[in-house]
Amino acid sequence: MKGTNLGEFEELVLLTIAALMNEAYSVAICDELSEHTGRSVKLGVVHAVLNRLEEKGLVTSELGEATKARGGKRKRFYELTMQGKAALVNAKSMRDQLWARIPSLVWKNS
Amino acid sequence: MKEQHPPSWAQRFVAWYCKPSLVEDLMGDLHECFERNIQSVGPRRAKLIYIIDALKFFRSYTVRRSIFANLFMNPVMVGSYVKTSGRNILRNKLFSFINILGLAISMSVGLLLIAFLLDLHSYDRFNKNGERIYRITNILRSNGEENGRFASTSVKTGKLIREKVSGIEEVAIMRNNFSGDAKVGDNILPIKGFWAEPSLFKIFTFPMIAGNPETALKDPYSVVLTETAARKLFGHQAALGKTVRIDTLAYQVTGIMKDVPFFSHLRFEALVSLSTAEQVNKGDQLFGAWTNMWSGSVYILPSQHADIASIRRQLNAIAREENAGTTTASIQLELLPLYHIVVGESLHQSEGGPGNTGPHISPTLLWILAGLAIIVILSACFNYTNLSIARAMRRVKEIGLRKAIGAGNNQVRLQFLAEAVMISLIALLLSFLMFLLLRPILVNMAPEMQRMVKLNLTLSMVAAFIGFSVVVGIIAGFMPAVFFSKISPLNAFGNVSSIKIFKHLPIRRVLVVMQYTVTLIFITTTAVGYVQYKNILAFDLGFSTKNILNINMLDNKPDVMMKELSEIPGVTALSRSLITTGVGNAWGSSMKYKDSQDSVLVMTNHIDENYLALHHYQLIAGGNFIAHPATAQAVAEVIVNQQVLKRFNISTNNPEKAIGEQIMLNGHQMTIVGVMQDFHYGKVDNLIGPVAFTFWTPEDRTIISASIKSTDIHTTVARIAAAWKKIDPVHPFTAGFYDQAIADAYSEYSTMIKIIGFLSLLAISIASMGLFGMVVFTTETRLKEIGIRKVMGASIGHLIYLLSRGFLFLLSISAVIALPLTYLFFQNIVLPNFPYHTPVHVTELFAGLLAVLLIAVMMIGSQTWKAARSNPVVVLKGD
Repeated sequence: MKGTNLGEFEELVLLTIAALMNEAYSVAICDELSEHTGRSVKLGVVHAVLNRLEEKGLVTSELGEATKARGGKRKRFYELTMQGKAALVNAKSMRDQLWARIPSLVWKNS
Repeated sequence: MKEQHPPSWAQRFVAWYCKPSLVEDLMGDLHECFERNIQSVGPRRAKLIYIIDALKFFRSYTVRRSIFANLFMNPVMVGSYVKTSGRNILRNKLFSFINILGLAISMSVGLLLIAFLLDLHSYDRFNKNGERIYRITNILRSNGEENGRFASTSVKTGKLIREKVSGIEEVAIMRNNFSGDAKVGDNILPIKGFWAEPSLFKIFTFPMIAGNPETALKDPYSVVLTETAARKLFGHQAALGKTVRIDTLAYQVTGIMKDVPFFSHLRFEALVSLSTAEQVNKGDQLFGAWTNMWSGSVYILPSQHADIASIRRQLNAIAREENAGTTTASIQLELLPLYHIVVGESLHQSEGGPGNTGPHISPTLLWILAGLAIIVILSACFNYTNLSIARAMRRVKEIGLRKAIGAGNNQVRLQFLAEAVMISLIALLLSFLMFLLLRPILVNMAPEMQRMVKLNLTLSMVAAFIGFSVVVGIIAGFMPAVFFSKISPLNAFGNVSSIKIFKHLPIRRVLVVMQYTVTLIFITTTAVGYVQYKNILAFDLGFSTKNILNINMLDNKPDVMMKELSEIPGVTALSRSLITTGVGNAWGSSMKYKDSQDSVLVMTNHIDENYLALHHYQLIAGGNFIAHPATAQAVAEVIVNQQVLKRFNISTNNPEKAIGEQIMLNGHQMTIVGVMQDFHYGKVDNLIGPVAFTFWTPEDRTIISASIKSTDIHTTVARIAAAWKKIDPVHPFTAGFYDQAIADAYSEYSTMIKIIGFLSLLAISIASMGLFGMVVFTTETRLKEIGIRKVMGASIGHLIYLLSRGFLFLLSISAVIALPLTYLFFQNIVLPNFPYHTPVHVTELFAGLLAVLLIAVMMIGSQTWKAARSNPVVVLKGD
């Protein structure tokens, strides 16, 4: 089924959500990503990805408390689901396996 | 610091399209970014970014489903809309009649305009390479002054472009105004066309029927005829290879081409090889000169994907190089795309009148016409809006019921829009009939019009008509749709009269005021314009034009004609002149006095000894010409007007003393023998300038002026025409009365007045119909009130006053807006162009107002009278 595999950006967003713990809402995710990847990440893109991840069931979300900032609008906080965590672990182990297959000689000459 | 907010409309937009589940945090995010951006890039850019982001978030996953669903009408509902709309149209006959007729009248104007625009748009589109073709525009500056932009170009420019400019596939050099009498056997046909090169056929799509387009225009003395011209000359014989005499030269027919399409800005019956012109003008130094830009044109076809900017640079380089070689004038070269020739900037078209360089109309004029048409159409749309809302009372229950059983605001809105579109489609049928009736009137209004457009129906035209009528329907139905969709079912079933919005609806009044303001402006403009136009025609030019027939002799010598004319009874006096003055023709010369350095441009005419007397010119000093020389070289006498004396300061106070003074005219020494009172040499919109008359010699072309005193002018003119036939059997008799020539000279104004007059007729009928409808509906709703008032003892006069008071108040507001506007428009915009105008009189302004008021009062009066006379017993019986 298409969608069970994580895209690169999806993986980054998931990781960021995990890293931010309780502060994972769209703008914060966007900032964090921009900071760590060094590319300018557009809010619209993050939004779309979050929406997609939620559809896939990898994250859940709930609205937070109303604050005065943000024009009185509440934040939507995201959290990884079990499936989300599994998908991250899955992706990491797949990479590790591939890394392990690279003979260390390959790096020497380059 | 003031707190900054994101643009509220962008916020509303997001709130409108976004899914309810997403809207809160999305807007919150946008807001957070916005606040951050205020700090980093300032409020202006932050707002801009907010708007852009708001638009960017319009994505499939954020947008509510129902928005997509509502953008398209539910097909099942369309049937229902059509059915209910049809019933409504039938039920309210007066309402439907007023709306359909009003919309039809106004839309007929729209249809004419659309047809006109489409025709203009189809010019030159038959050329396969049309998109790539350019004509060279010349911008002339002489003595540091800009002399204007010309459509003409010198032959030399064309050759330079061919030699030096890269990136060009073909260059076609043309010389304008080839004309002559083509003669084959006994067949004589006056023929017009161009001198052209073979490359013309490569640039333009003019298919050849016979002959080789590559070589047909190569050799000197070859001619390519159009199919029609060939048939007229040769009948059904094959023309190819035959010889035609045009004037004095013999040409060989090397090609027959299909007739030039109507929608081509180039129009001709024959093309003569450019090499002919080169042969004929061999000795003429000027022919190949850079500055001789008066009678040629150059078209270029850049190669596919050519860099136009680079071609422009190369043209500038050529101009720079060539201008360095001349001292008097400098010429800049520009490119004008083929499709911008007919509708585009106004260029001078030197030598030759209209028809040679093709039709032209300026975009400004088109915008003005479109604006006027839109005003009239909007006026009819206002009627629809007003009347729909006026009878809202009757439909409130219907809408309430619809909503109660589940119709959304959108469905009510669509229903009203559908109704309006349906009415406008019905109106389209009617307006199409009007279009068919008006079309010939419009096309035949002026000869230029006949040459310019056909207004024939095409498929795209029909499609445009239908699209146009749908748009009109939507505009008309928009306000009622919004209005009705807001009615809540709760109010609808309660006490209807308690709904306040019906009583205080300023929009209706505003619309009526706007309608009448526009109508009044149209009508008073027509009245004032007409009076001014009549004043121009009756203007005292300073000489008499009464009963003078001007006969253009073309290339014929006048002697025989003069003799024939003098034998016709009714012709009392004859004179000869070079041109007809006072109608916009001009013949300039340069004049110098004593050792003055500057030469002054004076307007001249060559006249014979009878001219002054025949036209009643006022001589204030000196007399008529003394010598009657036979060659232009021998002319040594000049009669000048007062402006000449003033300009050169020749004894201004005592004109007698100017007699005998020597001046230089075009390098010839001349003696002033007479001084005339100032008169209008040019049109009335020009200031009077210096004018000098010299003696007419047989070397000049001739206009014979014949003063006619006869009880039966018709027969006299017929006899003159018969005399012409004897002298010149080939060319038609071209003569016209002086007064008529003056009227023709101002025909653009009369055309304008006719158009505005027509539009004001439409505007007043539409506005009157609308007012009538309004009065009918409002009096109807107040019938019971009137009944009660009557029972209580109100008089009919009082009731009429009560009912019409509101409308008359609206009309007076319109008058207060419209009359000063029209007055200021004429005083400040139109009349400053006419230095000798008469002031705008209050009578003209109020005549228009009176006419409109009279009609309006009749409309209001008849209905209120009817209502006031109604029997209260009948009216109140039901309750």
